[in-house]
Amino acid sequence: MAQPEPVLMKGIGELDLADMDVYLRTGGFEGLRKAIVEMTPEAVAEVVSASNLRGRGGAGFPTGRKWSFLPKDGRQRYLVCNCDEAEPGTFKDRMLLERTPLQIIEGLIISAYAIGVKQAYVYIRGEFLEGSRIFRRALAAARDRNFVGANILGSDYSLDVVIHRGAGAYICGEETAQLESLEGKRGEPRLKPPFPAIAGLYGLPTVVNNVETLGYVKHIIERGAAWFAAIGPAKSPGPKIMSVSGNVRKPGNYEVPLGIPARELIDLAGGLLPGRRLKAFQPGGASSAALFEEDLDVGIDFDSLAAKRTMLGSGGFVVMDDTACMVRCAKTLTRFFEHESCGQCTPCREGGQWVARMVSRLEAGEGSDEDLRVLGVINNTITGTNLCPLGDSIMPFLSSVMRRFPDEFKAHVTQHACPLKQSMAGVA
Amino acid sequence: MTPQRLARGQELVARYPQAQSALIPFLQYCQEQDGYVTAQAVEDAAELMGITPGEVESIASFYTLLFKEPVGKHVIQVCRTLSCMLRGADDLRDYIKRRLGIGHLESSADGQFYYEEVECLAACDRAPCLQHNLEFHYDLTPAAFDALLEQWRENVPQPAMPAE
Repeated sequence: MAQPEPVLMKGIGELDLADMDVYLRTGGFEGLRKAIVEMTPEAVAEVVSASNLRGRGGAGFPTGRKWSFLPKDGRQRYLVCNCDEAEPGTFKDRMLLERTPLQIIEGLIISAYAIGVKQAYVYIRGEFLEGSRIFRRALAAARDRNFVGANILGSDYSLDVVIHRGAGAYICGEETAQLESLEGKRGEPRLKPPFPAIAGLYGLPTVVNNVETLGYVKHIIERGAAWFAAIGPAKSPGPKIMSVSGNVRKPGNYEVPLGIPARELIDLAGGLLPGRRLKAFQPGGASSAALFEEDLDVGIDFDSLAAKRTMLGSGGFVVMDDTACMVRCAKTLTRFFEHESCGQCTPCREGGQWVARMVSRLEAGEGSDEDLRVLGVINNTITGTNLCPLGDSIMPFLSSVMRRFPDEFKAHVTQHACPLKQSMAGVA
Repeated sequence: MTPQRLARGQELVARYPQAQSALIPFLQYCQEQDGYVTAQAVEDAAELMGITPGEVESIASFYTLLFKEPVGKHVIQVCRTLSCMLRGADDLRDYIKRRLGIGHLESSADGQFYYEEVECLAACDRAPCLQHNLEFHYDLTPAAFDALLEQWRENVPQPAMPAE
C-alpha cells in the first residue's frame, strides 16, 4: 500500500530538518512570513477556525474555538506548547521535537501571533533530555534569524519563548496540571471552570496547545483552511500522526488522513506477524477502550471512535495479537494509572490502587470470583467522579477486554495461572 | 548557598515572572552536581523561591526524576508499559535485574548502578527500550543489554541526571 502524502513528517528520515539551512530550503518559515507580513492576527485565527483543526493532544477540542475564549481585556496572555507526551503507546511528539523542531517553532510563533501572545513556554517532558537539547539549539537558531525575539521579520510583533523541562509526572500532560507544574508546584490538576483561557498561567489568560497541533497551524496558514478541511471527515478533518506499536511488523509513526479504517492503518504498519491473529487494539493510548477484529472497519477519527465508545486520544495505536494475555495487558495498564494518579481525588487514588491490586492478583493466578465481580461493577464509582480525565482512564480498557474475553479472565481464577503462558511472545 | 549556586539560581529565576517557576529547573541543576536533591539543595531552593523547605520537599516528592536520596552513578530506567511488554519486556526486565543483582528502586552496594522500572518512555516503535542517564537505548535483547553494560562499566559516567 502506498503511504499517504506526509505533511508534518515530510522529510523526516531523509533530511536533517533540525538544521536551519536545510529547513529553510524546504520551505521553512514561509508560513510565518505569510502570517506576519500579509495577515492580521485576527485573519490568522479565522483561517485556523475555518480549518476545523481539532487538538492533537488527546481531547480533540477545536483549536480555533479554544483560542476564541481568550478575553479581550488587554491583560497579558500566555501560550504554552504541551510537549509532555507520556500517554502509553504515543511517540509522535518526541519524534517532532527531535526530528523537526523548527517546524514546531514556526507553528508556535504563528499561533502566538494569532492570539496576541508575547511570552510563550514550551513544556517538555523530563525524560526528553536529548529532545530538549535539540529544541534549544533550534530555538537559538530561530532567534539568530529574527524569527523569535523583538520585531520579528521587521514587524512590530515580538515574542519570547522559554523552554521548561518537566521532572517526571504523566499527569503534567493535563493542561491545568501543566500550568501548576510550570508555576513550580506539584502537578495537580485544577478545578474547572475557570478554564485556562480565563485564568491560566499565573492567573492570566492562557492557551495550552499540543506540539502536533501547532505544527499543523503552519501548514493551514500556508495552504489555506479549505485544503485542511477537505482531508478526512468534515467534523474531524486533517492528517494526523498515528503512533502504531505492539504486535505489528513495522511499528512506527504513520501520518494518515483522519477517517482511515483501522484495518488500513495496521496494514501500513506492516500487518501482523506471520501466523498471528488480531486479538485487540487500542486506538488512542492507554486511556482508550479496546476494539477488536469486528471493529477493523471503524474510521480512525474523533467522532467515529467516540461512536464506538472509545477515543482517538493522542493517537497511540497499540496492537495486541492472539499471543497477548488480556489480563496481563490490563495489569500493565492499571498499574500505570495507579502509579500516575496525582492523589487529589479519592476514587482515582484509592480506586486505582484497588483495581491494580485485583488485576495483578488475577494475573498471578491468585484472584477470586469476587475480584471478577467487583471489577465488573467498580466502574460506576471510579469513572466520572474525578477532577481530571486520569481517573476516568483507569477502567475503559479493562472493562472492554473483560466484556469481550470473559472466559480468559475466568480461566485465570479457575486454573490459578495464565492459560496463554505468554513469554517473549511478541519478539519476532 | 555557594556563590556559584546562587548565581545559577538567580539566572533561572530571571527566566520567569514568578520565582517559584524556577524551582524544578534549580533542583535539576543541584541534582546534576550532587547526584540527588540534598538537604542543602532544599534549603537553597527555599531561600531562592521564598517558600519553606517543607514546601520544596512536598513539590520535589511529586516528580519521579528528582531523587531524594543518593542513587547509583548509572541510572537505568526500563520501560514496563504495554507496548514494551508486548515485545518481551517482562522477561527482559527479569534478566536485567539478575545481571545487576538489584531490584526495582534499588542501587548496587558499590554505588555504581541504580535500577528502576518506569512507565512508557515514548519509544514504543523500538521496544523494548530503556534510558541510561536519560539517554535512550532501543530494540533491547539480553545480548544487547550485556554489551551496554560492558560499555557502561568501562567508562566514567557523565552526571546521571543532566539538568539541560
